[in-house]
Amino acid sequence: MEKVTSHHTIANIGGSIRDLAGRDVAISSRINNLFDIPIDFSELLDEIAIGIVVLSLERKIVVMNQTLKALTGFSQKEFFGFDCAHILRSNICLHDCPALRINEKSGPQCIEGNLINKERQLIPIRITSAPLRDLDGKIIGFLETVEDIRLLRKLDDTASHAYNFNNIVGRSPQMQKIFQILPSLAQSDSSVLITGETGTGKDMVAETIHHASNRAKGPFAKINCGALPDTLLESELFGHRKGAFTGAVENKPGRIQLANNGTLYLTEIGDLPLSLQVKLLTFLDDKEVFPLGSIKGFTADVRIIAATHRNLEQMVSGGRFRKDLLFRLNVIRLHLPPLRDRHGDIQLLLDHFLNTLSTQLGKKTHTLSRNALKILLTYNYPGNVRELKNIVEYAINIGDDQQIRTRHLPSYLMEPDPFDIPEAAQQLASPLASIADESGFLRAQPDQNWPDVEKRMIMDALIRAGGRKNKAATSLGWARSTLWRKMNQYGIR
Amino acid sequence: MASKKILIPLHENDVAPRFDLATEVLIVTGLEKSGSGDKRMVVLPRASADQLCHLIITENIQTVICSGIEDDYYQYLTWKRIEVIDSVVGSSNSALKRYFEGELKPGDIL
Repeated sequence: MEKVTSHHTIANIGGSIRDLAGRDVAISSRINNLFDIPIDFSELLDEIAIGIVVLSLERKIVVMNQTLKALTGFSQKEFFGFDCAHILRSNICLHDCPALRINEKSGPQCIEGNLINKERQLIPIRITSAPLRDLDGKIIGFLETVEDIRLLRKLDDTASHAYNFNNIVGRSPQMQKIFQILPSLAQSDSSVLITGETGTGKDMVAETIHHASNRAKGPFAKINCGALPDTLLESELFGHRKGAFTGAVENKPGRIQLANNGTLYLTEIGDLPLSLQVKLLTFLDDKEVFPLGSIKGFTADVRIIAATHRNLEQMVSGGRFRKDLLFRLNVIRLHLPPLRDRHGDIQLLLDHFLNTLSTQLGKKTHTLSRNALKILLTYNYPGNVRELKNIVEYAINIGDDQQIRTRHLPSYLMEPDPFDIPEAAQQLASPLASIADESGFLRAQPDQNWPDVEKRMIMDALIRAGGRKNKAATSLGWARSTLWRKMNQYGIR
Repeated sequence: MASKKILIPLHENDVAPRFDLATEVLIVTGLEKSGSGDKRMVVLPRASADQLCHLIITENIQTVICSGIEDDYYQYLTWKRIEVIDSVVGSSNSALKRYFEGELKPGDIL
């Protein structure tokens, strides 16, 4: 057996392309001294998933791997001996050839650009050019790798358009911050705890994290910890063996088992009973699941994402949630802000839902009247984004023309809302203005209750409007029907 | 015999690898089959596919022989009833010769 030396040489590459015996020579280029017998160099290159081209010193193509052939659309016979620039058709080749930058002392050069392939597609690429040297260190050619960076550019675009991440819409600073951390958060395998009020989008964020993670091809299993009785929840989560309890007529895999190699999303984790909290804790520690009635466990590779609208810290101090479970789930904490704190997002979400829902419902509603918009922008949204979506859906369904008007909105929006009092009060002159404090908040006199204050507001608005109900209703921010109803209620004639 | 007006984006003496990056073009007015005709070089102020398309339209070019061209420009030119023979690799003279012989096809390597 021939002794393997430390120098592995690539035969038939280097020097002028004219030194080669013919076209077939490059195709049959061999790597010598790597194994006992020479191996086919081009076959070796074809196994690599990045485009690779070997160039002569004159930058003529010697060999190109299958990935690059697929990227450029040219076949082996076509490109042999041609200038790299004519085959690669990259903007880099013409103006900033990385091979030309290389000299005896320099190392690899890396440049981003684009190429146009035979399918006439403009593809963003990254070219890295490295010198090929002989045993004396003299440059005899170049090895270039060509990476298709379309996917990277797409991700960059996603990052730059931070107001929309996988159907989560928002441009407020709070949401932008979340969009920025979501991609890197998805790539980790740590447990995530999502908190936020109802309707803030916890489920969507959990699904987004799953789809942006390396587990995206695996299952996404969701279980609502507050929706099932304790025993059923245990069976649902961990599975059961046949005969484990009355009615267990066959083996059933739990959600954890079903989520193997994927993500398990536990929503309303705050409602998980204490007994199951211990069992979940054991699973998080050992990564092993024991179905009900089974003494044999199995290992599950599952990423846990939990969500709740409850304050878990308060629950821990109240003894209703295990501190150690909270610590295990709370590796990455993501708090979704309520809609009322997301300045600028209400308008964006209104437009978004107006467009998507009108298309879905087959309506031509595209705009909001000024008054309707004013009401929607000042509303407090205790149900957050879900409530806003429902309001828009209701209005589109009720509406019969291209514009949503005040009359198309749910009537409860026009009801007086304690949070809206400052604006209503500010519109009113004395005597009520005198009882509004410096911050603009209306303060009732000690002997007054809300109906009294509201009655006085109506009376004052009517006085200022000279008895015109339309004008009075507008000044109060109400529909005329609401004013009429309340006047009846308070017996104002 | 019908006269043809052909445009070839150039990179030195070759068909330019990229339509959008060419800064000079060769415009040939010649007779089919005979291959005889006038040749004119036009230097462009800057490389731009849009400006090149504009030049092609204003010069009443009937055929464009080029190498890499983006699909948008290819579709635009063909929509304007201009024949586009793309992915041609080689010298402009060889391309013209083969064109007048009636044998030049898209993707030809000369």
